Amino acid sequence: MGKKLTPEEVLDLLPQQEPFRFVDEILEIDEDHIVATYRFSPELDFYRGHFPGNPVTPGVILIESMAQVSVVAQGLYLFAQELDDISQISEMVTVFTDAQVDFSGIVKPGERVTIRGKKNFYRRRKLCADVEMCLDDGTIVCSGRLSGMGVKQ
Amino acid sequence: MSEQEIFDKVVKILEPYVKNEEAFASVVKETSILEDLKVNSARLVDVVLAFEDEFDIEIADEDADAVVTVGDAVRIITEKLG
Repeated sequence: MGKKLTPEEVLDLLPQQEPFRFVDEILEIDEDHIVATYRFSPELDFYRGHFPGNPVTPGVILIESMAQVSVVAQGLYLFAQELDDISQISEMVTVFTDAQVDFSGIVKPGERVTIRGKKNFYRRRKLCADVEMCLDDGTIVCSGRLSGMGVKQ
Repeated sequence: MSEQEIFDKVVKILEPYVKNEEAFASVVKETSILEDLKVNSARLVDVVLAFEDEFDIEIADEDADAVVTVGDAVRIITEKLG
């Protein structure tokens, strides 16, 4: 059997980098769930256009953040447990396969979100997770079911 | 359960994932799930899990690999149901 990665190791392996990384810290991770946070810096470039004078985080970016946590990071953790040699993990890439999402709030520049992912199933390298994103006051802004699949590069 | 009943249930499970409604309207056992119905290959995992839940069976990955047509799914489910 492979290795149980720590939250720090998973974060180091996450391929998404600036300016397209929307995960700051992984607080908890195991076979079945993950909890992570991200703060949307007011300096992020897309706020200039979405929308001029009225910056709001785009819903697609919220989905991306949820996917980086609940599908990519959680997926890396699960792949690592299957691999004999952890270096093989760099040969894999996670492709986003499907999503169903509801938006129930907005995220303003400077706000921090907590993303909670719960594994729905992991089979044949496809990971399907139920995910919620909430603000510091507990307001749920986005929730849904996202899936991705690990494939060889 | 008759083969027709299994076929009908399989078709119902596939429905939400079908991208080619025209092919689905005339679905038969020979219809290919990926080629004809244009189901996304990553959705095959969801479909196989739905078969397991619906029929209360377990489908091994090797068996799942053999599912190309709707008829293949019906045959494998029939075998598992004994």
